[in-house]
Amino acid sequence: MSMTTADLLPCAEPVRFLDEHGQLTDPGPEATARGYAMPSDEDLLAVWRQMVIGRRFDTQATALTKQGRLAVYPSSRGQDACQVAPVLELQEQDWFFPTYRDSMALVSRGLDPIEVLTLLRGSWHCGYDPVQTHTAPQCTPLATQAVHAAGAGHGLARRGTDGVALCFIGDGATSEGDFHEGLNFAAVFNAPTVFFVQNNKFAISVPLAKQTKAPSLAYKGIGYGIRSEQVDGNDPAAVLAVTRAAYAHARAGHGPVLIEAHTYRLEAHTNADDATRYRQADEVTQWSERDPIARLRTYLTGTGALTAEIEEQVAAEAEAYAARVRERMNEEPVVAPLSLFDHVYAQQTPQLREQAQLVAAELEEVQG
Amino acid sequence: MSTMTFAQALNHALRDALTEDEDVLVFGEDVGQLGGVFRITDGLTADFGEDRCFDTPLAEAGIAGFAVGLAMQGFRPVIEMQFDAFGYPAFEQVVSHIAKMRNRTQSLLTMPIVIRMPYAGGIGGVEHHCDSSEGYYAHTPGLHVVTPATPADAYSLLREAISSPDPVVFMEPKALYWSKAELELPTRTEPFGTAAVRREGTDVTLVAYGPQVPNALKAAEVAESEEGWSVEVVDLRTITPFDDETVAASVRKTGRCLVVSEAQGFGGVGGEVAARVGERCFHSLAAPVLRVSGLDIPYPPPKLEHTHLPSVDRILDTMARLQWDDQPDTAHLAASR
Ligand SMILES: Cc1ncc(C[n+]2csc(CCOP(=O)(O)OP(=O)(O)O)c2C)c(N)n1
Repeated sequence: MSMTTADLLPCAEPVRFLDEHGQLTDPGPEATARGYAMPSDEDLLAVWRQMVIGRRFDTQATALTKQGRLAVYPSSRGQDACQVAPVLELQEQDWFFPTYRDSMALVSRGLDPIEVLTLLRGSWHCGYDPVQTHTAPQCTPLATQAVHAAGAGHGLARRGTDGVALCFIGDGATSEGDFHEGLNFAAVFNAPTVFFVQNNKFAISVPLAKQTKAPSLAYKGIGYGIRSEQVDGNDPAAVLAVTRAAYAHARAGHGPVLIEAHTYRLEAHTNADDATRYRQADEVTQWSERDPIARLRTYLTGTGALTAEIEEQVAAEAEAYAARVRERMNEEPVVAPLSLFDHVYAQQTPQLREQAQLVAAELEEVQG
Repeated sequence: MSTMTFAQALNHALRDALTEDEDVLVFGEDVGQLGGVFRITDGLTADFGEDRCFDTPLAEAGIAGFAVGLAMQGFRPVIEMQFDAFGYPAFEQVVSHIAKMRNRTQSLLTMPIVIRMPYAGGIGGVEHHCDSSEGYYAHTPGLHVVTPATPADAYSLLREAISSPDPVVFMEPKALYWSKAELELPTRTEPFGTAAVRREGTDVTLVAYGPQVPNALKAAEVAESEEGWSVEVVDLRTITPFDDETVAASVRKTGRCLVVSEAQGFGGVGGEVAARVGERCFHSLAAPVLRVSGLDIPYPPPKLEHTHLPSVDRILDTMARLQWDDQPDTAHLAASR
């Protein structure tokens, strides 16, 4: 399918189904023409439930940094719709390429929360099985995963699957060369890769205005021949609808999609960052009022899909989930110094064997 | 005189350079309003304006390449790579252009650029935040590689780096950012290519740089008080240019040499030091030159970094192996502690 410029261009306004008050709103003819459809109450209820649990996980992890249980934690509170909807919509054969900020997305994908927190706890780097979970290690060097996702998408297609690769990336990281190389490779190879930019307005302290002059980060897809879209990242219904359509596009062999989701990082960059140095409190307050969880709650309560009973149930579920995380994080992780040598090469080198012996002798001395 | 941290000394050096030379520009990621993630550029934008100290888009190759273009227009860029391992995207610009421009153009175009970079570990950082990448840069002709270990050197070497006609990779040991000293500014310590003898001794020379200097000094103290060894500690200060004279003079005096580096050892700066000492001091050596370095593994997660980093014990154990004539008594140092 060859696409015209009009096919590539994002909608003039970010796609939105629910307004800030949780009322159904007309997404407009452009969005409709692209086949974005309001998801069912059932699907939205699943997103809402996972957002509640995900946020509870996020606040629990934040609390764990205060107790010194985690080395560092980058919160994604406020970005809940972005963290949950695209991931719930993935299928088993698909691959996910997350960054350090996407812990909520990882637990939403069903990964073990303690395995997800391994990196931030500091007991090992990647704590989950990437092959089994079809999830790449959380990426710290910015934008480097964009090129991986292009390659993985191409690989999935070459293997004859209809799998897609989903790449999460921040607004700041779209300035890196690797982001552009990832887009270009994905386009040239027609890879089924969906690039999902969580534009949370800041790269640590640097606001979007200093990152780009483009009116939308989605415009960055056009030059590469990539279908592009922008979406209200705090509207879970729109995020679900847009990612669903993107996966269908990629699965059908029409190539990659770039989505810019407009959202906001309510917490500081990490627990170690002082956000008062670079932003105003009233901006944070304004965005708090666009809470994706509250928005969807209002809508689903209105349709009758969400009842007080379900709310209670899910709240209890989230509490229990957090309690299990807390409990398991209270146990000191097993860190075996000699494991440092196990995974550098497939076959131990003589040089590393020697160093392992040195460390073993030191350990013995300490213990004996 | 006032008490000053290493980080503050760097901040003062940037301030003084910005004040003295209009062409000095400071830029990078988060160096503006935030003042850098380690606050080295704190207040510079407020005091010198957005034209002199500014945030760039988030792209290290872009930052380094932008500096190349500015240097071509006569500016003196001082750029920040936020962390050691995030400097790799800029490697191409640093190695292919910043380092080689003078040579390629027969000195018609020069690159007076300073690439500041917090490096090494010991602060509990997660992966990609604690690399010791000095070896890659030291292996690149055309670059100076500088790594201060005291607040006075932090100030003085950074000032010298900024006025250097050649590019300088200025590596800041992040574990030392909060170390303090009494200091009166401006201060001038010895110039590039001069190592410092931080402690005099007669039995063995410890050669160290950057984050391992305090560790070497601690080991020297323990060795002296517990074993009666008189240990000299040499701080390289600049890796390139390398001060063969000071190092060789020290080793000729002591007859024994141990090189301490935090970086993984294989193919690294420590090996280069050992080779140079071997070449110059062969007849004075009572034992082979030994090295204590980080392990040859990717930098480990925070809970295991203490296993990787050269410890005082590891330095002392290796020092014991320098008693080449009364071999094979290598265990006594460890046993007596
Ligand atoms: C190549 C690289 N450069 C610098 C950094 C340091 N760093 C970590 S996060 C960050 C900001 C990223 O902002 P953005 O892409 O918007 O993602 P967000 O953290 O807001 O989710 C920076 C500069 C890094 N991790 N990798």
